[in-house]
Amino acid sequence: MSVIIVLISASLLIATGFLIAFFWSVKSGQYQDDYTPSVRILFDNDKIYLKKTKQQILKLLIYDHREI
Amino acid sequence: MGIGGHVGWVGNCIANSISGLNFEEHTTFGRLRPLHTNAVIFAFVGNGIFMGVYYSLQRLMKARMFSDLLSKLHFWGWQLIIVSAAVSFPLGITSGKEYAELEWPIDIMITLVWVIFAINFFGTIIKRRERHLYVAVWFYIATIITVAVLHIINSLSLPISLAKSYSVYAGVQDALVQWWYGHNAVAFFLTTPYLGLMYYFLPKAVNRPVYSYRLSIIHFWALIFLYIWAGPHHLLYTALPDWAQSLGVVFSVMLIAPSWVV
Repeated sequence: MSVIIVLISASLLIATGFLIAFFWSVKSGQYQDDYTPSVRILFDNDKIYLKKTKQQILKLLIYDHREI
Repeated sequence: MGIGGHVGWVGNCIANSISGLNFEEHTTFGRLRPLHTNAVIFAFVGNGIFMGVYYSLQRLMKARMFSDLLSKLHFWGWQLIIVSAAVSFPLGITSGKEYAELEWPIDIMITLVWVIFAINFFGTIIKRRERHLYVAVWFYIATIITVAVLHIINSLSLPISLAKSYSVYAGVQDALVQWWYGHNAVAFFLTTPYLGLMYYFLPKAVNRPVYSYRLSIIHFWALIFLYIWAGPHHLLYTALPDWAQSLGVVFSVMLIAPSWVV
């Protein structure tokens, strides 16, 4: 069953990666607010942030503000 | 495509159960079954994942995708893989590993397209304008990383020609790798991406936040640390050592926790 070493190592590697990600997310304050993110996703402003360049965004902001 | 996949499957079962309806080798059960499973899982569900991720990620990160070129390569590359599956399976080209039947050149193509997806995805996260990573994004991250590892380890093989290769593992070792992959492919290709999509599209559809965002965070982290260890429950009462079977069952029972949280 030597192959189980390969599988456990691979699984542990992924798990360790996610453990680090978990510590990072807690330490960096990702979960300090565990309510408003669920509400904020309901408000979109596609027209601005899906544009390709900063110029396009500025153009929208300056000339097309009624649409936003 | 999903409806087509299932109608095709029923038709295939009926045709094959009546002897004499197998007109030629190309439409036999052994060739059409992998075509059906691959079409439904990787073509239908896969394209659904990509569409949902590209739509929701840009809105959750408040940023356009990292690279339009990578997005196009990802889309057309994946369609090319689907076409090569639809051609190679009826021709009898298969590596014989369930849900990973595609032969090695297509496996390499899958790896490349997946890496393109990963670069485009993480590039977008890096340039995001929203500090918080919504729970759906965490589910996408789990999908991308784990599927890459599973696909590469399970598909390792020695090619003897362009259309035939042999797995580097043998016997029960191959079976264990196969079900470590098979189980976790269901976990990280069929489950986690759609949990992420549900956490985004369901609240958007009804215009209300999830019942408890805190529970959704617990859901993700509990699932991520438990799911990957449950693979041996596909090999109960086989040549797999008893302790590995028992361990797999213990982790499967523990999965009740994140499931109940949902």
